[in-house]
Amino acid sequence: METPLTQHININRPSLNLKDYVRVGGYQAVHRAITMSPQEITKMVQESDLKGRGGAGFNTGIKWSFVPMNDNAQTKYLVANADEMEPGTFKDRLLLEGNPHQLIEGMIVSAYAIQANISYVFLRWAYKKAARLIRQAINEAYAAGYLGKNILGTGFNLEMHLHTGIGRYMCGEETALLNALEGKRATPRTKPPFPQVSGLFGKPTIVNNVETLCNIPHIVNNGADWFKSLSPGADAGTKLYGVSGKVNKTGLWELPMNTTMRQLIEEHAGGMKNGYKFKGALPGGASTDFLVEEHLDIKMDYKSVAAAGSRLGTGTMIILDDHTCPVGFVHNLEHFFAQESCGWCTPCREGLPWTEKILLSIENGEGRPEDLELLRMHTKFLGPGNTFCALAPGAMEPLQSGLKYFSEDFEKHINEKRCPWR
Amino acid sequence: MLSTEEIMKIDHEIALVPIRKAACIEALKIVQNNRGWISDESIHAIAAHMDMSAEELDSVATFYNLIFRKPVGRNIILLCDSISCYVMGYEKIYEHLQTRLHIKFGETTPDARFTLLPNPCLGTCDHAPALMINDDLYRDLTTDKLDDILKEYK
Repeated sequence: METPLTQHININRPSLNLKDYVRVGGYQAVHRAITMSPQEITKMVQESDLKGRGGAGFNTGIKWSFVPMNDNAQTKYLVANADEMEPGTFKDRLLLEGNPHQLIEGMIVSAYAIQANISYVFLRWAYKKAARLIRQAINEAYAAGYLGKNILGTGFNLEMHLHTGIGRYMCGEETALLNALEGKRATPRTKPPFPQVSGLFGKPTIVNNVETLCNIPHIVNNGADWFKSLSPGADAGTKLYGVSGKVNKTGLWELPMNTTMRQLIEEHAGGMKNGYKFKGALPGGASTDFLVEEHLDIKMDYKSVAAAGSRLGTGTMIILDDHTCPVGFVHNLEHFFAQESCGWCTPCREGLPWTEKILLSIENGEGRPEDLELLRMHTKFLGPGNTFCALAPGAMEPLQSGLKYFSEDFEKHINEKRCPWR
Repeated sequence: MLSTEEIMKIDHEIALVPIRKAACIEALKIVQNNRGWISDESIHAIAAHMDMSAEELDSVATFYNLIFRKPVGRNIILLCDSISCYVMGYEKIYEHLQTRLHIKFGETTPDARFTLLPNPCLGTCDHAPALMINDDLYRDLTTDKLDDILKEYK
């Protein structure tokens, strides 16, 4: 089984410096890319069916294809979204700390494909080790002529900067991220215009997730068909899957996209801890719908998880066990979302704190029977189409599915006027 | 008033962006790094240098949770209170911190040794519960471990 993303990552030794990275075949994709036209690379990535690994799952090559390519004098930007802040998600940290040159190589090839001349790594504040390693790797890449002016004698120029954030989940939303890079409050922008046409400082901009960009060198080196062959399932490539919660071996594994939830939990995570039972899981971060026991054999690809009523999201699963209160669990999530709402649009700014307060009162034994209907109303009013960005609809996913699968537990809190888990 | 060194660092950031104001977050970081927090005086001084109104800069400063608009202690504890740490028992760690330091979230010890703040997911969920003190990450926390960790910070 091939594991292109993690093949050179060993968390027990320092990440590869540029010389060692080149020795194992690193930066070959840059040499190969410059023999191709930008459009050929975009086409190849599109045909590989690489989908955005940040959570949205949109075809990366198609996303790039909206960048205007007729004016070479125009400034264009490429941004690596390394603002990993989806609760329960810890996959990009491994790629950033484990092999920073792989990301930089992916960014150079991607920037070449859209003919961007300025690139940023937008890194969350908390990733201190990653910041040090990325800064060092960028310097090495400049010194080796992979960044800067006239890269490998092609006439292609690319600057790369590291921007470290100062908090707020909203910065992961691509248009809010662009506002943060412009020194503004990280509120989302109206779309259209899409960033591909009018992004950072009003110029064409592509924002891609770290894991997405790390796949690019391998696709360019090995071709679209190879990438598809990595997974026999509905989606192409490998995925970094994670499991956290009360399992024997929490962790992260690079596996084909057709891995099932059961395989992840039982084979890779070593099953539930002694004395704990699986009750449900958020398959891909805080903003995904619960899946329960009946879903354990679904494949963790975009289509299958969607068909089961949830989203693959970031592919990092959080497990709800039978010793953890589902109301407390959902309250914790809604507390997070209410706190992280940027306040830009009313349903999110007003609705999320309301939701959080209702859940807290239920958890504290002060819930009323009509509160469940009130919560269900919120899942509609804060759902897709009613808000400016995806934060509130995402926040409603675990709530609506929590109310569906754990309704007895919610009712028990209200009837017994206490939390049965406390 | 900004120091010569602060101005030098801020001007370096301004040179990297097409619009002067775009470097204001970097400017806030530089001044906070130097002074520990961002006072009203700092807001006015930075805003004047960035050609912004103080109000506009403050709207940016107060948006981001890691820009401190109140004085903080010498060491900042950021305890993850997100979902994986909730499942793995961050509340016990929080109780222990309250017992040891006699402060709640948002408070600073009277000797200014520690400020305690909640923080969303630190991205190390396979080693929950987790916290950061200043730039250092601590994972797989237990109350025993915590006592040893706290001793390291004066």
